[in-house]
Amino acid sequence: MKNLTPSQTIGPFFAYSLTSAKDGRRLLVSNRVDSVSGTQIRVKGQVFDGDGEPVPDAMLEIWQADPEGRLAGANDGANIKFTGFARAATDQEGNFIFETVKPGRFHTSNDILQAPHISVIVFARGILTHLHTRIYFADETSNDNDPILAAIEDPNRRATLISVPESDEKSYTNYHFDIRLQGKGETVFFQWS
Amino acid sequence: MTDNYPPNSATGQPANALPPYRSTQKRAPSVPPVVVPATLGELSKPVFGHNKFTENDADLTHQHKADPQGERIIVAGRLLDEGLRPVSGHLIEVWQTNAAGRYIHTADQHDAPIDPNFTGAGRTLTDADGWYRFTTVKPGAYPWGNHTNAWRPAHIHFSLFGPSFLSRLVTQMYFPADPLLALDPILQSVANATERARLVSILDFDLTQPGWALGYRFDIILRGNNQTPTES
Repeated sequence: MKNLTPSQTIGPFFAYSLTSAKDGRRLLVSNRVDSVSGTQIRVKGQVFDGDGEPVPDAMLEIWQADPEGRLAGANDGANIKFTGFARAATDQEGNFIFETVKPGRFHTSNDILQAPHISVIVFARGILTHLHTRIYFADETSNDNDPILAAIEDPNRRATLISVPESDEKSYTNYHFDIRLQGKGETVFFQWS
Repeated sequence: MTDNYPPNSATGQPANALPPYRSTQKRAPSVPPVVVPATLGELSKPVFGHNKFTENDADLTHQHKADPQGERIIVAGRLLDEGLRPVSGHLIEVWQTNAAGRYIHTADQHDAPIDPNFTGAGRTLTDADGWYRFTTVKPGAYPWGNHTNAWRPAHIHFSLFGPSFLSRLVTQMYFPADPLLALDPILQSVANATERARLVSILDFDLTQPGWALGYRFDIILRGNNQTPTES
């Protein structure tokens, strides 16, 4: 087995390649996941550093199951018209927004049914190896039996992964989810083994 | 699909708390990550639209009316998994400064000229053998505020997708024999010299086109070991 190519920070200047359609370029991946079924949701939040200051140059990527719990990149999802993948840059106030659908549930390799969740990767200047986290939903009772949430002993830390519903706006259900990179209220990050 | 992810295969990646790189001080998590077994969500690969590429996406010297200033180069290599099998049909995105060391990004205030004929952004899909190839100009070194008289060595940013969400990699490619490499806290964040050398491209005369452009070879190995050959 050869060793992996090491990670390096995304730096502050990725927008023209990854998240912006400026200078005549077409955007390959937007902050929206289209779906023909399911509940349309909007996940909004801010990214903060260890001083509680907004992070204006982060990029988030999300990856999720469709409303029936199928993953587009897995064998059982090969024929569904759903990508489940999106990316967004934070703005000057550290804000991001994703437009997607509420994901369905799927099993772990040990056949345990997981609560609905969205997988997230965080990139930013000052982050040398990107961070993995998850967005869960406060209005899902299945959170109580989710095996990944159960691996986090401290309920206060577990709460950093739970997005909170906000008042409805047009046809979307809104959820709020902040990411705190360091210190007070620090978001739980995962290392997948 | 029987991909396996050796639990130790994430070792060798730079630690996030790295005082010499100042931006890490308020951005590196202070709590170690929670180690959990990957589920199908982590082991499946993100899907994105393949239909939005244009002819010049991989040729950064032909995205505007005229040719950009600077030394034209070819950057090519193979995308491989841990079993050294080609990772084919996957997305590679790049971005870089122009030849003068200036990003087109509005946040870059370095006093070097913008090149109206160079955006510095490209993308491509790897072919059946995992090969990719970009034509571009050699990026320049530039100063940054990390410490007194800090200069980043010339580099090209790479964003890579592989067999799964766990294979995702963002990194930087450097150029051989650059004296700034030893002084750069971002490259030096990779503690092991052998690992660090994986980020430095190789001047390659098999890629070099006579009378036209020097070629630099940069192979990339992503996490994941696909046990089932894709060509069957």
